[in-house]
Order: sequence, then C-alpha cells, then structure tokens
Amino acid sequence: MSDLLVAEGVEKRFGGLVAVNNVDFTIPEQSIVSLIGPNGAGKTTFFNMLTGVYKPTAGRIVFDGHDVTAKPPHVITRRGIGRTFQNIRLFQNMTALENTLVGMHCRLSGGIVRSVLRTPGLKREERDAHKRALELLEFSGLRGHDDEFARNLSYGDQRRLEVARALATEPKLVLLDEPTAGMNPQETADFTSFVSKLRDEEKLTILLIEHDMRVVMGISDRVTVLDYGEKIAQGTPQEVQKDERVIEAYLGSGAVAAE
Amino acid sequence: MRDRFRKWLKAHPEFEREARRRAKRALIVGGIAFLILAVTGAASFALIWLTAVALALYVPAWGTLKHGSWVVVLGVLALVAMYPFYQANLFQMPIFGEFPSVDTGVTMLIFIMMALGLNIVVGYAGLLDLGYVAFYAMGAYTAAWFASQHFSSANLHLGSVGINPNTPGIHISIWIVLFIAAVFTSMVGIIIGFPTLRLRGDYLAIVTLGFGEIMPQIARNGDHLFGKNLTNGPQGINPIDPPGFGDNLHSAVGLPSDYLTFNKTILGTSISSVQLFFWTALLLVLFTVFCSVRLRDSRLGRAWIAIREDETAAAAMGVPLMRTKTWAYAAGAFFGGIAGAYYASFKSGTFPDDFFFNISIFILCMVILGGMGNIWGVILGGGFLAYLNQEGLGNIGGWLNQHFSAQSKSADTWITLWHSDIDVPLYQYGIFGVILVLVMLFRPEGLIPSSRRKAEFREGVADEPLYDVQQ
Repeated sequence: MSDLLVAEGVEKRFGGLVAVNNVDFTIPEQSIVSLIGPNGAGKTTFFNMLTGVYKPTAGRIVFDGHDVTAKPPHVITRRGIGRTFQNIRLFQNMTALENTLVGMHCRLSGGIVRSVLRTPGLKREERDAHKRALELLEFSGLRGHDDEFARNLSYGDQRRLEVARALATEPKLVLLDEPTAGMNPQETADFTSFVSKLRDEEKLTILLIEHDMRVVMGISDRVTVLDYGEKIAQGTPQEVQKDERVIEAYLGSGAVAAE
Repeated sequence: MRDRFRKWLKAHPEFEREARRRAKRALIVGGIAFLILAVTGAASFALIWLTAVALALYVPAWGTLKHGSWVVVLGVLALVAMYPFYQANLFQMPIFGEFPSVDTGVTMLIFIMMALGLNIVVGYAGLLDLGYVAFYAMGAYTAAWFASQHFSSANLHLGSVGINPNTPGIHISIWIVLFIAAVFTSMVGIIIGFPTLRLRGDYLAIVTLGFGEIMPQIARNGDHLFGKNLTNGPQGINPIDPPGFGDNLHSAVGLPSDYLTFNKTILGTSISSVQLFFWTALLLVLFTVFCSVRLRDSRLGRAWIAIREDETAAAAMGVPLMRTKTWAYAAGAFFGGIAGAYYASFKSGTFPDDFFFNISIFILCMVILGGMGNIWGVILGGGFLAYLNQEGLGNIGGWLNQHFSAQSKSADTWITLWHSDIDVPLYQYGIFGVILVLVMLFRPEGLIPSSRRKAEFREGVADEPLYDVQQ
C-alpha cells in the first residue's frame, strides 16, 4: 500500500510556543488513521497545516505526489483533501443542499458570464450538481432534510452535513476533527460504521482526531499519538495501547510504576 | 362561469386562504390609508384607479400560483413604465405633496441601479465597501472622456448623435460608452480589490473609505496630472453628448435619433428627452435586476454567501477567497460604472463635487434601509431615499413651514412653532442618519429582508477569524 500523504519534519511555532515539533507522519491509501493525544497536544494545529489554514514553520507535506506545503486552503481542497471542523462550521443560514453545493464549488466551472447567460452547458452542470448533492445527502443519512437551514438541523445531523459537505469536494483524503464529540452512544456507533463504510465502499482514506477510545481502537488501521507537539508513538491500536509513553501521557507517570 | 371559478378555487386551497388573509389586511391598512388620503383632499379618480390596481396586484395571492409572481412583477413594471403618462394627473399626497416628477424618476432609477450594484458587494458577499462612489466617478469620467470635447486634440466620431462632425474631441455613441465604462470600471474594481480584499471586516471598510476619498481628489486635481489634463479640475467636464440611435435606426425602426431634440405627442402626453431618459434608465435597471438574480442563484452567488457566513469554512471547501471576492467587486463596479456614465450623459456633465464621500454612504443607506441582499428591498430603499433627496425633503419642508412657521403665516398655519422658515433639505444627511439609526434599532434587517440576512442579524454569523486564513 502506497502512502497518500507524507509529512516530514513538520513544525509550527506560535512565537515561543512550539505547537507541533518535528513530526513525521504518513497515511497509507484507503486506511483509517487516528491522531490522538491529550488536550493541547497539537492535533488540530497539525490538521490545520495539512489543510492550508496554517503555514508550517518548517517541514514538508506531500499529498498524492504533489508538494502542498503552505498552499492556500482552496488549492489543497482541489487536490483532494476534504475536512470537517472541531466546532461545527456549517454555513448556518444556507440550506443543507446549498451547503453541499458550496462543497462542490471547486469541481464546477460556471463563471460569471456563463452564470448570467445561463448557457445550456451551465444548466446541465447545475442540474447534475443538484442531483449529486441530493445523493450525497442521502448517503450521509440526511434524506428529506435538503431544504432545511443548517442551523435548524439537530446536532447529529449537523455533524452528518459537515461530512456530506466535505465529501462534496470529491476528496481522496477526508480529515475528521472530533466527529463524535457530543454524540450519544447510539449516534457514535452509527457514525463509526459510517466512517468504515467510507473506507470500504467509497475507497476513501480517513484521518481522524478523536477522544473516544472505543471509536479509535475499533476502526483505526493505525494510531498516532501526539503529546506536547511531539509524536510519541505510532502503530496498530493494540501496539499503541501497550506503549508505556502513551499510558504515561494519558494517565501520568505514576500509572506505569503502579502497574 | 361561477361554478367553474368555485371548482378552480377548490383545487387551489392555498390561494383561497392567502387571498382571504390579504383581503382582510388590505381592508384594514388600505382603508385607513384611503381615508387619510381622501380627507386630506387627495380624493380624485386617480386615487381610485391607483387603489384598484394596487388591490388587484396584492389581494389575489399571485405568488401561490404557478408563474403567478410574474403577474405582480409585470404589473408593477407596467405601472412604472406608464408613469410619464399619468404622472401629471396624480393627486397630492399628504405631507409628501406631489408625486415625483419624471426627471426625479430618472435620478431615482439611476440610484436604484447603483444600489443594486453595491448590493452585490455588501449584500451578497458581505464586504463592507465605503468607497463605492469611486466606481460611480470612474463611470462618469469615462463617459466624459469618450463622449465630449474634452480631448480636443483628437477628432474621433463613432455613432454619436446631434454632434457636428467637425467638432473636436472623442465622440462615441453613448451606448458603446456605457459598455466601455462598465468594462473599464470593473477593471478598476479588480485593481482596487487586489490589495484591499485581503483585509477583513472593519479593516476593509477603512481602506475602501480611503479609496472613496482618493477618487474625488484625483478628479478635483486631475487637470494637471503628469502634465495631462484628465478631469478638467473643479470645473468638471461638460457638455457630454446625449444618447440617441442615429438617423439610420430612426428611419428604419423608428427609434429616436437624438434624445435631446426628440419631441412627440403620444396618448395626449408630450414626450421629450426626459421621458426617453426615464425609459432607458428603466431598461438599465431591468438589466441590473436580471443579472443580480442570475448571479445570486449561481455557483458564484453561493460562494459569496458562503464567504459572508464563514470565510474559513468557505476556503476549506475549496472557494478561492481572493478571486471570489474580486468577482463581487468587479460585478458591483460594473453596474456602478454604467450608472455613472448614464448619469453623466443625463446631466450632460460631470463634476468632482458629485463624487464625495457622502454619496457612498447615501448608496449604502439605500442598501441597508431596503434590506441587504434582497433585490426588491434594495429597489425600494434606493427609490425612496433618492426621492427624498431630490424632492421629498423639499416637499416635507414646504408642508412643515406652511403649517408651523410664522414667516409664511397664512390661513393654513395651525400653530406657530418657529419664526423663520426651516430649510429641511439642508439637514438631509442628518435626516438620513436618523433614518439609518432607526432602521438599525427597530428593523436591522431592512424593510424587505432576505430570509437569510434576517437570521444573520438576529442570530449572528460565525465570522470570528479563528485561524489566520491565508488568501
């Protein structure tokens, strides 16, 4: 299995604070990779560097054979990285359908002149886009909600819509930032099987930030652990669970000694 | 016939319910308004006619029928288009006095067009532009360069009307000039947008304010710019050529060859240049509305709204921020440019004093008063404020002085509140300011808001810059 994304020596400093320090990281194609670590370990910062929201202070990020280090977000999205946000950032006053259509922005071509003239080609493109958006909403479990404003959807549905919107960018790699935060156990279980479905049926690669260890250990092919901005462990869920440094980071230094 | 209608009603329950609701409302609101107008001496056939037409457009719930909203749009359009024919026969409104003249109507339409252009920038994309007057000025000066005697060393005539072929200067047909102005102004919009659109919110507003100040200063001092006289300084450039279709089109399809010399009597009303300017302005407004609607419902329109709602999320969804915002600027500038060029031709001149900062704010007021992002609201806001500015305030002032001033004491004076007449139009910007404050306090989403914008005002948008998004 080849690597879809390779990050080498990635570093981010905010003034004197080193949020992410010299992290090497790879994501194999069609796998689910989880990024875990205590609060403030630099997980979301790392995410934001992958998607171009932050520029790395040092290091290199190669995605799908292209150097995407410090490229603007829309260029990276076009290359095939879709993402969701830790605190839901939908377009609250747009309908579910419109949210999904915005996600398709970089895959459509209608410019200003063609939009005004509404050429037959543009009409066809818009019609196809609508159809695809409806399919995506249905696939994400939002059937019948397409005309509802995003802000009126339930919390779980908003999470689902964020994923639908990310899928609309036609990504190869999907970055999910704490997707099950605030979900009840049933919703979490549904979501976990949904993520597996993305890998197995849609042939997508997934990078997950997650605090719920049942989710992480249940579906991940590989787990990477960050602590104070540094990578302290990497491996299969079983390996990581037994790693002493990980136990120490999560439970404190006494925990290892007591065992 | 009656049975048929009943059957039809049964098939459209929504229509019946809505129509009943509206009929009740019209009876209450319309009844009161009608009584006030009738008591204040406006009772006339015109009032009855106007009431009948308004009821016919409002009470049957046209919107619930298939293609029904077209009835209202076309009805209002016909009413506006016929305005020059019945304007003279209308009644006196209480306080506001006479209905606006056709001349004022032209100005109203031009300002509506500018407000619609600004609406693309402010209403759709959410970019606060305090220097929109710059685009208006660019359009006006483009018209002045390409359709007047200003560049007297050149001698270029292309489809111009009513100009002696030996007259020096560049004289291009106004229709072509409108197009040149639109394209040229959009390009200026892109150039101005390039450095400014990287900024967000308040910072963007301040920088656009700066550009809005720079433009009239260039216009004022441009009579010796690098040794060239570009703007003729404070005197401005006049006269600017009138529009017209030329003799060939006149004899072929009867279009007026030259607006200024046109004079004909149609339906008992003498039609001259003002009426022609009015109808042309109406066509330009229609064009602007058409483009606004199409843009709103397009891929670009969705991207604009997404940027307005949450820039970071929009960028992460693949919307190129700089390019999309620049398109909004260019589109807004496009219509500002046409409006400026057309206004210059209508006024037959352009002067730097027409382009000061207050005009930017004035146009912004129209957008805010009407309802940001809603085309119909902006049209209403633009028309109303332009009318107040041109005629309304003067009329209101006249009414106030007539009833409350000691200076013009007559049988009409109710009580004396002040001694010498108040010149109300003098306080126009104070009054517009008060209107703006009142709108912000009581109806921040505007008179006719878009449903989206209303929600944003009530619940806020997630626009706090969490990340340092690079453009």
